[in-house]
Amino acid sequence: MDFNDTKEEAAFRAEVRAWLEANAQPRTEQSGFARARMSEADALKRAKEWQAKKAAKGYARITWPKEVGGLGGTPMQSVIYGQEEAKFDVPTGFFEIGLGMCIPTVMKFTTPENIARFVRPALFGEEIWCQLFSEPAAGSDVAGLRTRAERDGDDWVINGQKVWTSGAHYSDYGIVLTRTDANVAKHKGLTMFFLSMKSPGVDVRPIRQINGGANFNEVYFNNVRIPDSQRLGEVGKGWDVALVTLMHERLAVGGGAGGTGPDVRELIALARATELEDGPAIRNAAVREKIADFHVRTQGLKYTTYRTMTALSKGQVPGPEASIGKIVSAVKLQDLTHFATELEDMGGYVVGDGAPQDGAFQQAYMWAPGLRIAGGTDEILKNIIAERVLGLPADMRADKDLPFAKLPTGR
Amino acid sequence: MNFDFSDDQKLLKDQAQKFLAEHCPPKAVRRILDGEDTYDRALWKRIGEMGWTATAIPEEYGGLGLGPLELCVIAEELGRAVAPVPFSSTVYLAAEAIMLAGSGEQKKKYLSKIASGELIGTLAAAEGPQPLSPRAIHATLKGGKLDGTKTPVIDGEIADIAIVVARTSDEPGERGIGLAIVDLKGAGVSRKAVKTLDPTRNHAAITFKGAAAEALGAPGTGYANLMRVLDRAAVFMAFEQVGGADASLAMARQYAIERYAFGRQIGSFQAIKHKLADVYVNNQIARSNAYFGAWALSTNAPETPEAAAGARVSACEAYHVAAKENIQTHGGMGFTWELDCQLHYRRAKLLGLAIGAPRVWKEKLVAHLEKKNAA
Repeated sequence: MDFNDTKEEAAFRAEVRAWLEANAQPRTEQSGFARARMSEADALKRAKEWQAKKAAKGYARITWPKEVGGLGGTPMQSVIYGQEEAKFDVPTGFFEIGLGMCIPTVMKFTTPENIARFVRPALFGEEIWCQLFSEPAAGSDVAGLRTRAERDGDDWVINGQKVWTSGAHYSDYGIVLTRTDANVAKHKGLTMFFLSMKSPGVDVRPIRQINGGANFNEVYFNNVRIPDSQRLGEVGKGWDVALVTLMHERLAVGGGAGGTGPDVRELIALARATELEDGPAIRNAAVREKIADFHVRTQGLKYTTYRTMTALSKGQVPGPEASIGKIVSAVKLQDLTHFATELEDMGGYVVGDGAPQDGAFQQAYMWAPGLRIAGGTDEILKNIIAERVLGLPADMRADKDLPFAKLPTGR
Repeated sequence: MNFDFSDDQKLLKDQAQKFLAEHCPPKAVRRILDGEDTYDRALWKRIGEMGWTATAIPEEYGGLGLGPLELCVIAEELGRAVAPVPFSSTVYLAAEAIMLAGSGEQKKKYLSKIASGELIGTLAAAEGPQPLSPRAIHATLKGGKLDGTKTPVIDGEIADIAIVVARTSDEPGERGIGLAIVDLKGAGVSRKAVKTLDPTRNHAAITFKGAAAEALGAPGTGYANLMRVLDRAAVFMAFEQVGGADASLAMARQYAIERYAFGRQIGSFQAIKHKLADVYVNNQIARSNAYFGAWALSTNAPETPEAAAGARVSACEAYHVAAKENIQTHGGMGFTWELDCQLHYRRAKLLGLAIGAPRVWKEKLVAHLEKKNAA
């Protein structure tokens, strides 16, 4: 039992490290703040430049075959690259959905011509993709979506509304799941397409979140016309195509263990700096007990990730323990930042520059509710663990044998 | 990255699991629960024959000379089976203390007998319902004679020897505390059974009146050595707890699939699903923290105290939650003497307290974190 690289892994790490040192600046404590102050347009410009460099070296998608611009590497090499890149001040966050979910789906279900046309520009950061699945009436129950695609000659005409589309406002293309038959059961009447986000009739409107940011969008489709050649998979088989997309989402390994906000180290720093009624907070037994509780969650998650990486390193498929990451980290972020604001007591709801740690706890407290919902709510993730890991029976479904058009609807 | 047990260690774990499934089914545990004996003598004999007690003892003292990792995988299986044998007291506490602090002669005298399974050992630290601290130790060791009362002592009625924590001088704090090996069958030792929440493990109050005791370790090092022994024991016990927590989850899962209510399997209700998913997450977190503890022991890492405390805090929480929610999932049946849910509920409580409650270990953990993140 050790945390060491194999000989091959060490060699790859050294190679990646040398390239990063030659092409990027090391990350400092100020990097995060500098990035937070940058406008989205500037950040995007910087990210595109970096992506082009990475792609030219084959590092944009380590595990993809060389023929499509990847490195032909292993999942473990992909993890190693991610670990090393995280030590450098490089822009991230614009291409993950496209390259992680959309393009793999497109590659599996479209023609060689389309692959030749779309994969490379996505890899080099020239074109950004988004995923148009969720709708106002179809969140956790995404197969309940209502956006219609109707056949018209060689074209399809799309009408409806998507929501929670990350990055739609700067995306060039998207994959969109639509309903093509409302008279069969809900999973059976779906069809997947891809389209240009610049198509006439596509209207993108940012959603303002409770934390003041606008990472997500509403996307309206008003008689958007797309050719049948942009269909992905068979008509009525859209759910199977969507499962491929979502499977790729779950394959994303290595996250969950941090990087989303303040954690135990920051909490200890706050407890040291904060005076309670009977002395420094770090000396208070109740505070110390809480710190210990958060610490074992953070560490437990970190070492769970190491177990997953060990499986990858041995060329095995990671076990189901890989599925716990977001449930643990999102709830912990909310609980930990809640506790931190209570330590700050009567001043704990002050935000921004005047607040301790520049308001990092307050900022994360307002982001945490989103983290518990995005990419699968806590409840859906628990269902997945219960059904797929523990093998408990599926929930009874009121909508199972009804045609979509006959389903009861509320708001 | 190789953060996992080796194939050989996994094989040992599989063998242990099969062995215990055959020789330590719930009905064997219930025989002890029902007071038919103080421990499972036949199982203990077999465990000795299998060499489990010899696992981490060096070859020169009759052991197998394997490491803590092998002991961890055995511990997990003993925990899964709720084994009613004096393994933790003999191996994690007595043998580890002698290996850590014993003289060559002491090692020779005791370790080979522990390795062969002939000798049962234990640690006598507690003196009533309070946490361990130098202030809480009133037993005295002077001129090779021990006086005082220790209670509860795990496996106290059946042990041959005890490592006793006693006051050796009037020096305040840790420097006044020492360890001694005491022959529990010798003169000046009287033992009385103590009933506990977990009758599947024997407990006693032991009174020493001028009992002969040999010092273990150099003067003034007793308390520090005790802390090191407890750190190591915390990791092994964490594996027992993780094994027990997984067994509790497996029981709850099985029942949720077999039991019908409102015309459907109760495992199809989200109230049950989410509960058991939470248990699964807790168990995984505890397992990963226990692995880090195992790694620390196996490499003598300076992080050992922090790793041990993290493993213990996490494992105490996981087993407690898994055992109580297993009963809850079983409903009224879970509250009956007839069902085996109680075995885990009882053992979780024993393991959660026997070497100090989580509250104490959380404090140790944060003290280490403070040092590490010194301002």
